[in-house]
Amino acid sequence: MIDVINLKKNFGDLEVLKGITTSIKPGEKVAIIGPSGSGKSTFLRCLNCMEDPTSGQVIFQGVDIADMRVNINIHRRHMGMVFQQFNLFNNKTVIDNIMLAPVTIALHDLRTKKIKNFFIRIRNLFAKNKKELFEINTTKAQIKAEAKENAMRLLKRIGLEDKANNYPSTLSGGQKQRVAIIRALAMNPKVMLFDEPTSALDPEMVGEVLDLIKQLADEGMTMVIVTHEMGFAREVATRVIFMDEGRIVEENTPEELFTNPQNIRTREFLSKVL
Amino acid sequence: MGSFGKKIEKFWDIFYYHDGYTKVVTGLYNTVYIAVVGLAIGIIIGTLIAIVEVIPKYKRLPRILNGFCRFYVGLFRGSPIVVQLLVAYYVILPLLGLNLPAINVCVLVFGFNSGAYVSEIMRGGILSVDVGQMEAGRALGLSYATTMMKIVVPQAVKNILPTLGNEFIALIKETSVVSFVGAADLYVAFSYIGSNSYEFMVPYLVMALIYIVLVMIIAFFVKMMERSLRKSDRRN
Repeated sequence: MIDVINLKKNFGDLEVLKGITTSIKPGEKVAIIGPSGSGKSTFLRCLNCMEDPTSGQVIFQGVDIADMRVNINIHRRHMGMVFQQFNLFNNKTVIDNIMLAPVTIALHDLRTKKIKNFFIRIRNLFAKNKKELFEINTTKAQIKAEAKENAMRLLKRIGLEDKANNYPSTLSGGQKQRVAIIRALAMNPKVMLFDEPTSALDPEMVGEVLDLIKQLADEGMTMVIVTHEMGFAREVATRVIFMDEGRIVEENTPEELFTNPQNIRTREFLSKVL
Repeated sequence: MGSFGKKIEKFWDIFYYHDGYTKVVTGLYNTVYIAVVGLAIGIIIGTLIAIVEVIPKYKRLPRILNGFCRFYVGLFRGSPIVVQLLVAYYVILPLLGLNLPAINVCVLVFGFNSGAYVSEIMRGGILSVDVGQMEAGRALGLSYATTMMKIVVPQAVKNILPTLGNEFIALIKETSVVSFVGAADLYVAFSYIGSNSYEFMVPYLVMALIYIVLVMIIAFFVKMMERSLRKSDRRN
């Protein structure tokens, strides 16, 4: 699903990623672990080009999205991302947070189609070979109603439907992160990227967020998770990548990597955190 | 005190019986009109400039736009508004061969001028919004422009509303120079009354009071707006 080929990223003179090659297959749950400063967050952020890679390719569904000429917005629709700091839109209510992207994008597509149809109609007046119009089978109201229904369904799933009209500032950290997750889910992504989803949470709230991620994993969602929760990585991941100093040092199934690490750096790291 | 009573009588005579009040009403209308429309133009221009200034500058177009915006801000912050009014009315309009009413020229000049100031206020506001908000929007597949207009700018406006209110108040008061190009504002109205009654004390006193009341009303509305925008905050 995502093929990463020789990905490099520099911040000024600092070389953060020194050539990463890996591939993420549909249905896989990849956990990325490693010491801080090893480039794991940067790597994750390069997967949906939140950071533009300095060189290398990120091929998502057959398109190299690291190429600056590609319209990245279209591809990001299919990649959900969850941040350490939740990043809910502070000026929107919970339900608006969830509905904003699906509605805006659907309306935008609808508008583009209408504009294109307008020009095709004008063209058809003069040209002999008539072009077909784009099919329009939704209306504004319909798009909004569907998005709302979907948002409410997702909210019900995490048991926060009564918070729909509250602002994010009134939610607890765990609730915020769960809303952030379903906000990403509302776009029906093909892959979910989690950037240390539980690092900014109180210990008692970590569980509820991990449970939700686990549910998603069980439903077969492809995901890439940067995490410090080793127990969680072990339980959920189908593959664990250990990164250090901008390189993939070791990757293996969680059982192998945690019980029988091959590389000395992996062993050192695991002995510190386990 | 007796003479003061006489002065008030004289003022009232011109104000009420000799059509002074229509001039005052027109003047008040023009003052508010220039300030309100000027601020509206200023906010639009200022927001656009501020966005241009915070856009990442990898490509050439943003860099060119940025240079232009810097030039614009330098131009309008670098000279007094009176000078800008005079130049616009007596230099640029004749050169372009246009014949606009003075009041419209004032609206445009005040709009362009306040755009330069609002741009800096707005830029500060945009920078005060957490980068995570922009990242979250982009990660969902929204474009830079959409995220800016729907997420970042509304939050920025909330943060800068008190300063924006200040700008509006400053604008109301600065409109008192529009008589330089012959637009009829409050000052023109009251000096008309003054010169017709040979008596300036009361007219100018009333003018001062009107300005103060005007500013108090604006301050009240700004407070109200702030309160309604703050409903997403925890502090109320």
